[in-house]
Amino acid sequence: MATEAEQAVEAGITGGFWVDNAGIVLILPLVAFLLILAFGKRMKNNGAELAIGALAVNSVWATVLFVMNMTSGVLGQTTFEIARIGSDLVFELGWVVDGLSIMMYFLVSVVGLIVFIYAVGYMHGDVRVDWFFAAFSLFAGSMLILVGAPNLIQLIIGWEGVGLASYFLIGFYWEDMANVNAGNKAFMVNRLADIGLMLGAIILGLAIGTFDFAEMDLAAAEHVESLGAVAVVGGALLFFGAMGKSAQFPLHIWLPDAMAGPTPVSALMHAATMVTAGVYLMGRVFPLFEYLAAEIRPWMVAIGAITLFAIGFLALVADDIKRVLAYSTVSQLGYMMTAVAAGGYTAGLFHLFTHAFFKALLFLGAGSVIHAVHSNNMSDMGGLRKQMPRTYWTFVVGTLALAGIIPFSGFWSKDEILATLGFEGYTAVMVIAIAGAFVTAFYMTRAVALTFFGDYKGHGQPHESPAIMTVPLVALAIPSILFGLFNVPGWHIPGIGNFSEWLAVRVVPMGDHHPEAIDLALAGSGLLAAVLGIVVGWVIWGKDRETQAERDRFDIPVLYPLLHNKYYIDDLADGITAGTMGPLARFTNWVNDYVIDGVVNGVAIMTRGLGSFVYGVVDQRGVDGVIHGLGAGADGAGSALRKWQTGRIQQYAASFVAGALVLIVLFVFVI
Amino acid sequence: MELFETWALTLIVFLPLAGVLLLGLVPKANERALKAISLLVTLAAFAVSVGVIFRFDFSGLPYNTYQFEVTETWIGAINANYHLGVDGISLPLLVLSTFIMVLAVIYSWNHWEEPRNPKAFLILMMILATGLNGTFVALDLVLFFIFFEVVLLPMYFMIGIWGDRTPRLIPGFGREVQTRLYAAIKFFLFTLFGSAFMLLGFLALYFESGNSGERTFDIPLLTELGASGAFTGTFAFLVFGAMFLGFAVKVPMWPLHTWLPDAHTAAPTVGSVLLAAIMLKLGSYGFVRISLPILPEEATRWAPAIAILAVIGIIYGSLACLAQTDMKRLIAFSSVGHMGFVMLGIATLTDVGINASIIGMVAHGLITGLLFFLAGSMSHRYHTREMSRLGGNMKLMPVMGGILAFTAMASLGLPGLAGFWGEFMSLIGSYNPLEGLSLGVFRTAMVLGAIGTVLTAAYMLYLLQQVNLGEPGEEWQGREFHDVDRFEATAWVPLIVLIVVIGFYPKVIFNSTTDSVVSLVETAFNAETTASLGRGG
Repeated sequence: MATEAEQAVEAGITGGFWVDNAGIVLILPLVAFLLILAFGKRMKNNGAELAIGALAVNSVWATVLFVMNMTSGVLGQTTFEIARIGSDLVFELGWVVDGLSIMMYFLVSVVGLIVFIYAVGYMHGDVRVDWFFAAFSLFAGSMLILVGAPNLIQLIIGWEGVGLASYFLIGFYWEDMANVNAGNKAFMVNRLADIGLMLGAIILGLAIGTFDFAEMDLAAAEHVESLGAVAVVGGALLFFGAMGKSAQFPLHIWLPDAMAGPTPVSALMHAATMVTAGVYLMGRVFPLFEYLAAEIRPWMVAIGAITLFAIGFLALVADDIKRVLAYSTVSQLGYMMTAVAAGGYTAGLFHLFTHAFFKALLFLGAGSVIHAVHSNNMSDMGGLRKQMPRTYWTFVVGTLALAGIIPFSGFWSKDEILATLGFEGYTAVMVIAIAGAFVTAFYMTRAVALTFFGDYKGHGQPHESPAIMTVPLVALAIPSILFGLFNVPGWHIPGIGNFSEWLAVRVVPMGDHHPEAIDLALAGSGLLAAVLGIVVGWVIWGKDRETQAERDRFDIPVLYPLLHNKYYIDDLADGITAGTMGPLARFTNWVNDYVIDGVVNGVAIMTRGLGSFVYGVVDQRGVDGVIHGLGAGADGAGSALRKWQTGRIQQYAASFVAGALVLIVLFVFVI
Repeated sequence: MELFETWALTLIVFLPLAGVLLLGLVPKANERALKAISLLVTLAAFAVSVGVIFRFDFSGLPYNTYQFEVTETWIGAINANYHLGVDGISLPLLVLSTFIMVLAVIYSWNHWEEPRNPKAFLILMMILATGLNGTFVALDLVLFFIFFEVVLLPMYFMIGIWGDRTPRLIPGFGREVQTRLYAAIKFFLFTLFGSAFMLLGFLALYFESGNSGERTFDIPLLTELGASGAFTGTFAFLVFGAMFLGFAVKVPMWPLHTWLPDAHTAAPTVGSVLLAAIMLKLGSYGFVRISLPILPEEATRWAPAIAILAVIGIIYGSLACLAQTDMKRLIAFSSVGHMGFVMLGIATLTDVGINASIIGMVAHGLITGLLFFLAGSMSHRYHTREMSRLGGNMKLMPVMGGILAFTAMASLGLPGLAGFWGEFMSLIGSYNPLEGLSLGVFRTAMVLGAIGTVLTAAYMLYLLQQVNLGEPGEEWQGREFHDVDRFEATAWVPLIVLIVVIGFYPKVIFNSTTDSVVSLVETAFNAETTASLGRGG
């Protein structure tokens, strides 16, 4: 029997081959994972062909769905039951096809495919390449399970799968304990946040009566007022889970360390997979926060605002180019989270969409540079625009998109966020967001200047990366320029509409509140902040020749140590964990060995003492047996054991068995 | 097939014992024959249990109806009968038991610990199999007790003879004793201590049942009496307490657990595997089969206490794991935490929670069983279990390291693998426990349990970091290690496959358990099925 959600889905359903079999997209990378594990070592390209093949099929499939959804909304849901407890509690797996999931299928598959191809070049000759592509496939596959999930349970499965794959990939070079620790940190911070996800899922699932997203959306849209505080607590817990994966302050600490893995991993992790999961989840349960748990939205906005502003600053003092990009990711995730929390469904997810392309581009560009100079540090780079022109130009495209310069994609998505914040009345946050745009442009200009301008300060002769790495850069640069046009305020692309409409295709249609037309003053301020950031940045670093010079320029008392030490948050977290867990664990073990076992051994010793007392004083053979029975302690029985060991065991066992058999025969058949 | 219906369970229980007879006839030197006989016998028992699955009626019979029942008068004087039967709750555990036993024999093929003597070891294993299988199908308290106790002896000898010989200083003992001796005696006395109380409880039930007809040890009859409210008041409270002691020691529940880390650490590999995979479930099974249905009212009185002890076990076990330096002891302590989730599920007295506990038992059997196999094989090669000396195992034995990583992930409850469902559904159950139970206690338990999952992740990552990752230590440099051999592979691959299958399709287990559990909860606690959920996830 079709449930309400299924009927609702069917009402607007397009169905057809591509929708009905969309589960292929979820399964293929996992199949690739297993096949690479089994056969990767024996294959010519260590299984890269399987990984790429899976994502290539996925990309075609997702593109078809994406285009279908442009022309006429596509809705569909397929589920099958994996467990049923009683008549009520049902667990299902399956896949959803709607505006939001299609966008994510497209993003993960296409960006993933480009990064995978790049990785063939980047990882060439590295250790255990087969394992790399296996784990990479698991990474993308888990993300697809996550975004295709029709319910919270499958989302949790994908969610943890992503976490697992990231653990493998961050700690890919596990010979070095520093990398292992980075992987552990990522896993543990996420696991901590997962308390929120699991408990939130339980509370909301039981309160609303379903884990199914479509049903939840419908329930929320009907304003199930009676839920009250339960929905707020559940919503807050889900948000806590999202904070982990999407690296929101103060759970962001795992992400900068996560670049211990190979650069393509960072590219995928910071763009399409992993960190987008939290923002995606907020978008997926958007109606919940819209109608049921609206009370916590200001708190979510606040966390997003802190993340976008405070963490961006850290990029200013980083020397490691990947670390600069990592902090910028955290900051951009702050933008997305702020937007979704403020009520900007399209704004947050559109920024997620554009950001995926240009951040993947920037990371791959950084990887190309690192590949050439064999160092992550910008103090070992400089002047590379001449030797690496393709990397340089594409990196500049990514920078302009990230900074939010018109007409690059980042401009349009950031403008959408600013407009949402303004409309929803978060004026102060809007100002922070504009200031954040300045900071973003500022540190990205610094990164470009230090990497590509001035003199080369590293060793050896760097040269441009091979085509297998530069072509993906170009492939990502194009959408970084163009995809902003999908959602130009007030413009419906003839025949296909715009991003906002595509994304609105849900069981409960999503809408945006703010006026459609562009607010020129607001867009202008955002742009101005970005341009100012670039200009000021260029004035300071454009002509820099000495790396130390730029260091000194920022050696401002209090501020520099504060930024350099990442606001001491990492130290604090490390201190708390090391200060509590270690002693707690040792204390527990001590309790176990000395308190609880103290009682146990004490009883044994006392019994033995009592035994020898009784024996010595009363001296009765009958009592003697009892003492043995009570366990005269270690030495007595120990010597008994030693006797058994000398071969009498068979006799014993034989007599035991014989006795048992006789008894059985006696009781079963005779009596 | 009438014959199969009546003889299936008896065969499952006593085939291994018949094997003992055969083994006794074969000379000690003929190891091939010994091993072949053991394999055949365990395979036969497993095959019969699979046959039971195929002929099992899954149509949702009400609780307290058993299939494949056999009833023969046994000790007429006390009205104790040879009564066997299986239902949806015991079926998965029975199959788990026969299945693990086959794998244990396969693994044993070329893994013999000093002082070797395969004949004696296999004989003990077969006796153990009879005890374990028997406990899961016994429907008479005397019979249950005997099977429950039969298990003790072979395990005692396994630990005491083939166990770890490292001398250990026990505080208060004044001189060093060998680990195996201390562990074996501790294990034996501890469990015997619990069993004594359990037997008292059984006897009390027997005499009390006389008030409403003939005195009986029959579990189905006692269940009926219990549901009709025959056992109440202080009497029932004490009886529940006595049986609690017996089962809780076996589970083991905090603070009655301290025999477990010692027994596990000292036991030979196969002993550890059987202990973790099957034996621990005897206790939690006892709760579900005997305590809850026969004394439902007392169950609701004791439930908060059980939940609190369970949660202490979860947190305490995980913390203790973090302090371990011995790989095997760490895994042993992890059992305390995992069985805490099982007991938390039972304590909720809901269909969700009890189902969680059963799938939790099965998953723990598969996962921790595999972990002990791995720990055994690794210490067999490295001749040490000290994690500070290990490291870089991924480099020395990549396949074994990979399996260890997989199993560790399964053990930390990764969704998509078997361990997830037990933990997650225990938490669901504790959010909405049986009506009338303290929400405060159970929801606190839920939060603490969730925190426990984080600690679980912490010690499993710690294990992987210490054993698998990094560079191999100096002492291993240049040494050649034999990676997973074919007997190990044969024993482990089925476990891996099952862990994944149950993870993605838990219906494999729930198909059997759900109806029985729902019906149990309805009849024992008069409860509507608790969680009012619509379409789920």
